[in-house]
Amino acid sequence: MKIVVCTSHVPDSATKVNIGGDGKTIDKAGVNFIISPYDEFAIEESLRFKEKNGGEVVAVSLGGDPHKETLRKTLAMGADKAVLLKDESSQDSFSVARAIADYVKEVSPDIVFFGKQSIDTDNAAVGSMVAEMLGIPSVSVVVKLEMQSGKVIAEREIEGGHEKVEARLPCVITAQKGLNEPRYPSLKGIMGAKNKPIEERAPAARSPKVQLLGMRKPLPKNPGKIVGTDVSAVPQLVKLLHEEAKVI
Amino acid sequence: MSKFQGVDYYNLDDHLSQEEILARNTVRAFVEENVIPIIEKHYRAGTFPSELTLKMAELGLFGSTLPAKYGCAEMNNVAYGLVMQELERGDSAIRSFASVQSSLVMYPIFEFGSEKQKDYWLPRLASAKAIGCFGLTEPDFGSNPGGMITRAERKGGGFVLNGAKMWITNGTVADIAVVWAKLDGQIKGFLVEKGTKGFSAPEMTGKHSLRASVTSELVFQDCFIPEENILAKSGGLKSPLKCLSQARYGIAWGALGSAMACYESALNYAKSRIQFDKPIASFQLIQEKLVYMVTEITKAQLMCLQLGRLKDSGKLRFTHVSMAKRNNVYHALEIARIARDIHGANGILDEYPVMRHMANLESVKTYEGTHDIHTLIIGEDITGIPAYT
Repeated sequence: MKIVVCTSHVPDSATKVNIGGDGKTIDKAGVNFIISPYDEFAIEESLRFKEKNGGEVVAVSLGGDPHKETLRKTLAMGADKAVLLKDESSQDSFSVARAIADYVKEVSPDIVFFGKQSIDTDNAAVGSMVAEMLGIPSVSVVVKLEMQSGKVIAEREIEGGHEKVEARLPCVITAQKGLNEPRYPSLKGIMGAKNKPIEERAPAARSPKVQLLGMRKPLPKNPGKIVGTDVSAVPQLVKLLHEEAKVI
Repeated sequence: MSKFQGVDYYNLDDHLSQEEILARNTVRAFVEENVIPIIEKHYRAGTFPSELTLKMAELGLFGSTLPAKYGCAEMNNVAYGLVMQELERGDSAIRSFASVQSSLVMYPIFEFGSEKQKDYWLPRLASAKAIGCFGLTEPDFGSNPGGMITRAERKGGGFVLNGAKMWITNGTVADIAVVWAKLDGQIKGFLVEKGTKGFSAPEMTGKHSLRASVTSELVFQDCFIPEENILAKSGGLKSPLKCLSQARYGIAWGALGSAMACYESALNYAKSRIQFDKPIASFQLIQEKLVYMVTEITKAQLMCLQLGRLKDSGKLRFTHVSMAKRNNVYHALEIARIARDIHGANGILDEYPVMRHMANLESVKTYEGTHDIHTLIIGEDITGIPAYT
């Protein structure tokens, strides 16, 4: 079984983001980058899929050399090889999906895993777009997955509950928190990953459909007000919430 | 509180390889998610979190610099040091557990053991199917281990061991003890298996420090050790001292972890604690304390990194290790004490990690060669004059 897992290299969720001088990118100075957390569920599931069904896991990421750090960690967790689709230009979901779809088409895996969204731009679009471009099924926001006689049975989150769906292979799965508990790369895995290959490829030229015009940070919040620290402050608090904040 | 991002005032990460950073960050996440949430509870109860042992083994924390054929990660010493740093940021007991298993049990078996001993014990110790301990110190022989009383005598196709050891980490829970005893006047290492007749390992109680670590006595009364359990290639005091040098190397890095935990807690506290209508971080006296901490941490990091590179290139001398152990533990303890100061009364609560680290570091300053003994080791090295007696 051939398994592809796609990973994104994103600023740590604890980062205090600053906007760079061009107004369109973040200032990367001092920013710690990590594997997008939803991608970790995708990686773990791809490894479990391999452990259960055999085969190999190929990790794919689109971006510049720093993405190799993320791919190296994926290899340390247990992926067999990695491919860096080397492209440092500005991308939208479509142009990312196009490059990944081209690669996936070439290697024709049985299943492709993504995180349900990348936590930097939060579009939650690439996985489904890749499936659409390839004309294969896509199951998103998956919290449970199993394979039965060549098909996948997946549980996915919907508003207020779960739904159970079936899809034929090959297909795209996007992983939600709860799908599994991602493993730590072992120290042995980390050392072993040194000898696993990271293949570099140049994706074909394609144009983004969406152009980024600018970024801005949220406006700073006004400081809060302490009305009092015991029960005697409640009437005043209610009055202010009603008359000043107009929320009750 | 935000996630710990490490302390790297001098961009030392630029000098680390991808594997070294990944190893450190992996253990950092492991400690953040598995150690820190439970450690205060164990510290209070005086118990080692044994639920972590198998997880630590799966991660590859035991014997991680030893060859892959024994199930080990075969990492370099800088990566190993960074791992020790992160473990001790959780608690000195966790780092001590890994240090003992790796440097004081697996290392002597690897260095002084037969192929049969290595093949049998190293994979078991790496996977935590067996836990080990190291018996050198005795009730009356601490800084002067060469004076040990424990004796081995040849008898009936093996040896008979008599004596007692004290302050032995993991003694009570160990499946295998590496024990140092005099055989015909020469110090030799022996593997003593749990359950051997005449061998007992009662736990020591009443500690105000390293409370999440098991500390024991080892008692040998006419304890018969088969011939195959001698560490044949060991001989003389330099054999156990070689092991201690390995462990001290880990301690030099580990102390950095405790220091970082205390500094981080003090910095966050100083920025959020309001007195006289402003954060106490805005006062010059507090800033001076924080600057002392981050400066000493940075100096210790530089020392550790070069120490590790010397070890990896085979240029390390044991006196180099003494200097780093002595310096880093001393300053880590000072940092912990000052962090307690900055936290004011809150500093004595277990809501903050500082008092626990402070109490732990009192042990760390003394074990594996006291601060003063390391002073004399370096003193002898630079003057050529031993001043121990």
